[in-house]
Amino acid sequence: MTIDVTQFHDVFFEESDEHLQDMEQLLMTLDVDCPDQEQLNSIFRAAHSIKGGSGIFNFDALMNLTHVMENLLDKARNQEIHVTTGIVDVFLQTLDVLKDTLSAYKEKTDLPQAQIDASIKVLEDTLAQASQSSVSDHSDVLECTSDTNTDEIDGFGFFDDDDDYGVINKVSEDDLDIDAEIAGFGFFDDEPSEAEGQLEVSDREINEPEQVEKNEVVDEGFGFFEPENLPVAPPIKIEEAKTPSQPIVKPVKPKPKAAAKEAASIRVDTTKIDAMVNLVGELVITQSMLSNVGQEVEGQIGERLQLAIDELQRNTREIQESVMSMRMLPINMTFNRFPRVVRDLSTKLGKQVDLVIQGGNTEIDKSLIEKLVDPLTHLVRNSIDHGIETPEKRIASGKSEKGTVILSAEQKGSSIIIGIIDDGAGLDKERILQKASQNGLPVSPDMPDSEIWQLIFQAGFSTAEEVTDVSGRGVGMDVVRRNIESIGGRIEIESSKGEGSAFYIHLPLTLAIVDGMCVSVGQQIFVIPLLNVIESFQPTSSQLKTLGNEQVLWIRDRYWPLVSLTQLMEVDDGVTEPTQGIVVLLESSKKRYGVLVDSLVGQQQVVIKSLEQHYKKVAGIAGATIMGDGKVAMIIDADSVAVNCATVKNSEVSV
Amino acid sequence: MSEAVLQQAVSASKESEFLSFILGEEHYALDITTVKEIRGYEQVTKIANAPSFIKGVINLRGDIVPIVDLRLKFNVGEATYNQFTIVIMLNVHDRIVGIVVDGVSDVIRLSEGDILPPPEFGVSFDSKYLHGLADIDENMVILVNIESLITSNELGLVETKTASVEEE
Repeated sequence: MTIDVTQFHDVFFEESDEHLQDMEQLLMTLDVDCPDQEQLNSIFRAAHSIKGGSGIFNFDALMNLTHVMENLLDKARNQEIHVTTGIVDVFLQTLDVLKDTLSAYKEKTDLPQAQIDASIKVLEDTLAQASQSSVSDHSDVLECTSDTNTDEIDGFGFFDDDDDYGVINKVSEDDLDIDAEIAGFGFFDDEPSEAEGQLEVSDREINEPEQVEKNEVVDEGFGFFEPENLPVAPPIKIEEAKTPSQPIVKPVKPKPKAAAKEAASIRVDTTKIDAMVNLVGELVITQSMLSNVGQEVEGQIGERLQLAIDELQRNTREIQESVMSMRMLPINMTFNRFPRVVRDLSTKLGKQVDLVIQGGNTEIDKSLIEKLVDPLTHLVRNSIDHGIETPEKRIASGKSEKGTVILSAEQKGSSIIIGIIDDGAGLDKERILQKASQNGLPVSPDMPDSEIWQLIFQAGFSTAEEVTDVSGRGVGMDVVRRNIESIGGRIEIESSKGEGSAFYIHLPLTLAIVDGMCVSVGQQIFVIPLLNVIESFQPTSSQLKTLGNEQVLWIRDRYWPLVSLTQLMEVDDGVTEPTQGIVVLLESSKKRYGVLVDSLVGQQQVVIKSLEQHYKKVAGIAGATIMGDGKVAMIIDADSVAVNCATVKNSEVSV
Repeated sequence: MSEAVLQQAVSASKESEFLSFILGEEHYALDITTVKEIRGYEQVTKIANAPSFIKGVINLRGDIVPIVDLRLKFNVGEATYNQFTIVIMLNVHDRIVGIVVDGVSDVIRLSEGDILPPPEFGVSFDSKYLHGLADIDENMVILVNIESLITSNELGLVETKTASVEEE
């Protein structure tokens, strides 16, 4: 019997991708002075799995390369050779080649043979060299404990509280560095002696990971995410005091936990989950249809029916929630690639950068995870290239020579806020204004800061003095904004010169559901995303003015353009006289305007359905949804309504 | 085996089934493999900026599906909507489209030989969307090439990028 092994190729590719990712992550967090035995073992195992798999499928190039890598790793884990940053670099480069090779096998394209050969040679040379140099300092390596791999970042919140000095020990990986770290925090200036006194007391607690876990709950104490709290040289010091050459941070997730999770998971095709999400959406609609009917039934049976329907409603909601949560993944999936990006880039640019990851366990829709990679990479690169200054400049301006970039994620209500925060030079207001007027954009020096910052999202806008291969071509930020907007998010900037900048990306929790305000126009219902709604009211005739045949609205001390949904959506029987209807004030990232509708129906969460799947994109419409009665309602796209109205009106004027 | 017999065998093997329907006074038919289901006409939700023959969209078990009134498109019959109005749901290239017709009449089986070419001129009907004509019980049945009709620019159901470039 012959088995067609090609059917397992996809699984192998997927698993190998994961192994490579794991290896990269482990290598980035590997402490070269004190390598964690378990980490080395995991790296070895990952390499071994890839080797084994590629052997089965006759992917020889892959097997040869991982074989040499495995040899070196084996020596490293048996402590026959001493891992240095140089060796870690070699491994990382090998990983890149492995990735290329793997994708070459996947895409069935030509193998990067030259790179593979070069890589094998480098590995063999490294192996030869490393074996020669004696490993004298064994004892030092062995002393290191591996089980205190706790999360420093989460612990920081405790320092705000004067009573909690004892906690500091759980935060630090080994007591040797505590003194140095305290100096960095600056929280203890008042009573340093007491702090040190406490250190000894709680030494015993170091090896109690459970306690650390418990304390991780404190999440809101940081205050870094508050918009009013500018990221001015955040008082966070990362644990890397011992290894200044590695500008990285340990991932927030403790490792043992991750392993436990892995064992309890199964791999499911996303299309199956998507199908399930759709079906549950249907169930929700059917359920609300049923409850509409149920309200019409009277008497004792009606009551019993109502009870059963209520039960059904609760159950459907729970099913919906749990199905939705299946699509959710921790944002670490995206964040984990950044230690590498930061490391490579800061080395290249000769800058010293620490990356801090906060809230990596925040869960986010899988489809968003993939789409976040590009914009985030761009923003992080920007922060390092433009934001963080060179060490000399930083010292000259009285900052520590090491810059900090914080990647954070947190859930607020029904949205996720992702922050890319640096303590670099900040955005240069004058240069942006200058550049904007050069590009012929209407600007004035007294524009509010937030509007000035939005200028950098204009196409072809770059204030970098010279174009580097990292950034400065000005093609980036407008693409970043477009990408973010395409997944229903928006981006905000805060910056203060000399102190740093912060980019906050606001994303919906999931792409599938939107909080909407239902309005009626004629016989039809439209859904306006609540995100865009400022307020709604019935206008009085004194608030209505005309401007060249167009109606404008005077409210909140300014004139608002007024858009009639009846006209825009070509509804036959809607209200056309503004005083007869309701005006909903909307705010999109581009414009603010009022929309005239007949009446308000109510607020509800709606499941977004694609119009494009069977039809095509319609101007002014973000998608459609199915209401409780099974009818289709259109969801208004506030941005595209603004753009359409503006262009239509402008063209009318020019004619 | 003689050539004629062979020919016959080949054409017989190419026999295919068509669903015939009525628009006004005319008989039409389309390839039955594209038909997903047949249902009654229900209230649609209008779409802005769409041509008049696109009536709007409906909810087909969770899919938002556009409805095209072929009577308006082909300019035959009268576009009235009552409980007898029929919508044929088609599945073409993974896209679902509903077409409104006056009635569905029959499933007909035609081999290649039964399909006659349309007259070369004098017909306003665009031959691109015409598969051919057939004579069934003394009625002329117009075989519509539904695939090219649904994906055509003229119907505007599909986002056209390459096609619109060609036209320009």
